[in-house]
Amino acid sequence: MAYDYEKSIRPGKLPHIWCPGCGHGIAMKGLIRAMDTCGLDKNNTAIVSGIGCASRLPGYMDYCTLHTAHGRAAAFATGVKMAKPEMNVIVMGGDGDGTAIGGNHFIHACRRNIDMTYVIFNNFIYGMTGGQFSPCTPTGDKASTTPYGNPDPIFDISKLAIGAGATFVARTTAFHATQIDKLIAEGIKHKGMSVIEVLDDCPTTYGRRNKFRSVVDMMKRLKEIAVPVAAASKMTAEQLEGKVLTGVLYKEDKPEYCEQYAKVIAKAQGRAV
Amino acid sequence: MSSSNEAVQKKGSTPRIEVIERYCKGCSICVEFCPTRVLEMETFVVQVVKPEACIKCMQCELRCPDFAIKVHTE
Repeated sequence: MAYDYEKSIRPGKLPHIWCPGCGHGIAMKGLIRAMDTCGLDKNNTAIVSGIGCASRLPGYMDYCTLHTAHGRAAAFATGVKMAKPEMNVIVMGGDGDGTAIGGNHFIHACRRNIDMTYVIFNNFIYGMTGGQFSPCTPTGDKASTTPYGNPDPIFDISKLAIGAGATFVARTTAFHATQIDKLIAEGIKHKGMSVIEVLDDCPTTYGRRNKFRSVVDMMKRLKEIAVPVAAASKMTAEQLEGKVLTGVLYKEDKPEYCEQYAKVIAKAQGRAV
Repeated sequence: MSSSNEAVQKKGSTPRIEVIERYCKGCSICVEFCPTRVLEMETFVVQVVKPEACIKCMQCELRCPDFAIKVHTE
């Protein structure tokens, strides 16, 4: 039976604004399926985003949504979670929004291990603002502000999240469509900061400048560079050159921030912890 | 995904493939990923040309970024 995505989408909001072939649509479908699997209540779930192509997503979703300033999604989401710890908080954003402009908020949300799910759509570029290079644009690739190739090394978002203290970190790609919902669902169920990085494609500002002939070429590249974690352990360093690991990269249980903060409040009020 | 598993089990009948033309942006992901060439592009909108060849793998529905294809298997 056809999957009913429209029950999670605000009436009259489709078609969305994303370009033909944009992987955000595929990732959004994964997010909808994941939220469905977890049975999240529409009135008790907040989807928070900053600015950017990926950050348009909450506008389509029929949940409590918050569209905030550029890069500040994690900060607003922290506020929502602290004020209403019973709410499920999902943060959305792109690679530029999450790791460049909002990089500081992102690492500190990871450090606190606050119970929210941060889904980063990494399309390797600033799409909405005109194709400027982001911290995730691969070295040597072209963007509107690096016409001779990008000299910068990239941020590995998942490693950054692990290093900063997130307790659930996973990565997948828009090609691996069924893996997206499984990982996001696992992230939602995890108590603590979950970061799910979804590599996707931007045919308009990244693909056409970097000699991808079509959207399908970009999808095939995502398939080629992805290596599941289990398979990677049997591969040599040379074989892993240029590849990215997918699947659950890191998971641990640590004290959650809201619970710790509740203890501080209880202590200050003289109540027993 | 449970819906795709159900679809694979019920081979035989031809499914109804619904294309919402207003949503389709003509990226041709569905055409390229269809294993039995059920779909074709026609003036930047997908058309169902061979519905009888559909094996209900649901790849088109799963991968369409624009929510434009639905495969009704019942």
